[in-house]
Amino acid sequence: MTVLADERELRDDALNGLELATRLERLWRTPSGLLGALMSVDHKVIGRRYIVTAFAFLLLGGALAILMRIQLAGPEQTFLSPDKYNQIFTMHGSTMMFLFAVPVMEAFAVYLVPLMVGTRNIAFPRLNAFSYWMFLFGGCFLWISFLLNVGPDVGWFAYVPLSSLQYTPTKRPDVWAQMITFTEVAALAVSVEIVVTVFKLRAPGMTLDRIPLFVWAMLVTSFLVMFAMPSIMVASTSLILDRLVNTRFYDPSSGGHPLLWQHLFWFFGHPEVYIIFIPGTGMVSMILGTFARRPVIGYPVVILSLIATGFLSFGLWVHHMFVTGLPQLGAGLFTASSMLIAVPSGLQIFCWLATLWDGRPVYRTPLLFVIGFIVVFVLGGLSGVMVASVPIDTQVHDTYFVVAHFHYVLIGGAVFPLIGAVYYWFPKITGRMLSETLGRWNFWLALIGFNVAFFPMHILGLIGMPRRVYTYTADMDWAHLNLVSSGGAVVFAISFAILLANVIYSLRRGALAGDNPWDASTLEWATSSPPPPQNFDRIPVVKHRDPLWFDNESLPVVAGLSIERREVLLTSLAEAEPQTREASPEPSVWPLITAIATTIFFVGSIFTPWAVLWGTPPMAVALIGWFWPSGSREDEE
Amino acid sequence: MRQTIVRNVGALPTYGYGPRSGPWWGAMGFMALEGMGFAIAIGAYLYLYAVNSDWPIGAAPPDLWPGTVEVAIYLLSIIPNEMTNRAAKRQDLAKVRTGLIVMSLIGIVLLVFRGIEFAHLNTRWDNSAYGSVVWLILGLHTTHLATDLGDTVVLTVLMFTAHAKPRRFSDVTDNAFYWNFVVLAWLPLYVLLDWVPRL
Repeated sequence: MTVLADERELRDDALNGLELATRLERLWRTPSGLLGALMSVDHKVIGRRYIVTAFAFLLLGGALAILMRIQLAGPEQTFLSPDKYNQIFTMHGSTMMFLFAVPVMEAFAVYLVPLMVGTRNIAFPRLNAFSYWMFLFGGCFLWISFLLNVGPDVGWFAYVPLSSLQYTPTKRPDVWAQMITFTEVAALAVSVEIVVTVFKLRAPGMTLDRIPLFVWAMLVTSFLVMFAMPSIMVASTSLILDRLVNTRFYDPSSGGHPLLWQHLFWFFGHPEVYIIFIPGTGMVSMILGTFARRPVIGYPVVILSLIATGFLSFGLWVHHMFVTGLPQLGAGLFTASSMLIAVPSGLQIFCWLATLWDGRPVYRTPLLFVIGFIVVFVLGGLSGVMVASVPIDTQVHDTYFVVAHFHYVLIGGAVFPLIGAVYYWFPKITGRMLSETLGRWNFWLALIGFNVAFFPMHILGLIGMPRRVYTYTADMDWAHLNLVSSGGAVVFAISFAILLANVIYSLRRGALAGDNPWDASTLEWATSSPPPPQNFDRIPVVKHRDPLWFDNESLPVVAGLSIERREVLLTSLAEAEPQTREASPEPSVWPLITAIATTIFFVGSIFTPWAVLWGTPPMAVALIGWFWPSGSREDEE
Repeated sequence: MRQTIVRNVGALPTYGYGPRSGPWWGAMGFMALEGMGFAIAIGAYLYLYAVNSDWPIGAAPPDLWPGTVEVAIYLLSIIPNEMTNRAAKRQDLAKVRTGLIVMSLIGIVLLVFRGIEFAHLNTRWDNSAYGSVVWLILGLHTTHLATDLGDTVVLTVLMFTAHAKPRRFSDVTDNAFYWNFVVLAWLPLYVLLDWVPRL
């Protein structure tokens, strides 16, 4: 019936070449002007904003790290007051985890996944816009609070009873808890979008065993977000209720229990590590395949490892609580599962090594960062197996050994692949190459600076230096190693300055990239750099796991989609058989208005519980505006 | 790159129902994560139950009748919900309109009973950790009830306007689908809130 109805509609089989491209561009582009920019629902525009914002928070978080390293470079320094120091280490952790690491990975997915699966936009583009605004407002809320001296000072984990009203009678922990709500709403929204994009918007023929490994990694990550983040939302909500309306969740005198907080926090907090790490492995697999000049060895092994890691990551949280007095059986169980998760990670590393071994590696900057990743991450994994054991953990708990361990895992496992990914996909996103010379400087300074900064912390931890202290006395003999560490931190920071300089320089002067500068195999390289608003003039058909290596001359495509209204092709879950031509939403300002209404609700509720009442109607109005059909052709089909 | 057209998808429909539609999968995703939220809240309840020798703490268990009446209404509501769902699949606008009005009214009745239930919990959120977690769980479910009701009311109004085009029937089926989740979520919560304190 619908087919008859739009018989006269212009389809992409009626036009060709430039004419087709121009029509599609006009249809899919973001409207011009400031209002147009605020209305954008293009995954590439939002993905770019997401990436830039997340990197801005990286710079802020990194600046805080440098302040801490200046303070700790020598004994009994007075550069930072104890109160400032508490705020700074809390802000550093919270910024890096909630405003940088998770969002930047999702940002890359928002940009890349629709291109990699060969579609025109992400599923639920308006939700995507809403997600970005929530992330931006949440991040600004945290940082503005910090500048007003209301920055959280209770650690990125905000343990009770320290964070309860009795011990911190300021607004600082409320700011922390509500920032969590902002960022989790943003992350959950993106996760649902990614899952539906991967399930339903894959190009015809992209069966499950032809999905690029980064897309697989983001699919697993999205499920982790969906099942881990509700826990922290329950946690932060109950904390704020305790502080605001006198609930008793964490008050032992009324039946509450402080360890409930730790369970809720770490049930989220441990999967969180894999939410950051798994996308990194996806990036590594993509870069490795391209620069080893052969497909990654053990594609099914890598995918099964990702899924296994995902499941196992939910069974480890108690290893953060070994010193809280667990039953012995519990300690044994969580030690075993903590060691078990090294197995799938190990399998992936062997697959990558085999790929390098068998390939003809081209040592460009992205591959250098991948090799740096393997070295640093394996070191972090080894100290991880050490702290999985209860006796060792009891000894080094809350010392700098743990600080060293998780920086090796997080920076090694996520930041090195991420910087490699920046070098790898920058040409696609901007159309220009980053400088290779600066790239090499960037890599070597990062690798050396990182190790000089963090390796001494293992030793500092073993000789007893506790975490989260704002200073130490000279007679502890920690001064030399701390000075070395601070020096390394400066070198590491310089490596990021070089990255920034490289980006700014190359945006204007970089060599033109062309569609596929690395001769890579996946679909994002089958379109121009940067991609046009419609991504592809016609939706590709996938016949091979590495489509562009299978045939780099011609791209098989489907025709028959509308060029008068925004349409995407939905395909079946497993076989990717075309099913429907579904409408894709047009630009709208309502996601922004909804995000503003939600922000007023969230921030208001820190000050008065009545915000829940007066804050709801504006949100409801905004949501109705969002979903009410605008009368455009998309809506009225 | 040169393009070779290997297939024409012009004859495909422009919307689908159930797993063939994008929004259905979106609803599935949100049900999964909201279901996890309920699971976590249940976990918190059971944790507090396990660490306290007294349960409920300093209060009588909730009065049984409001929650039980709700269970009956929820279960019966599946029938008009499914009828609306089927009418939407047949694209029978008149029946869909009636069905949506009935479902909106059921939502309002349930919201009233929910208010009564809060009044019969026999504890306050600030009495003890027991009171806190009971209010949290009931509040969480009430949020779902209220959002679904809001969604249903807006959809009802929409179906009386010129926007009631064929693809909106797919939205009606997604809305009906989500209602089943609200119903299903209530059953374990009812057992937890009303019966566990009586163990």
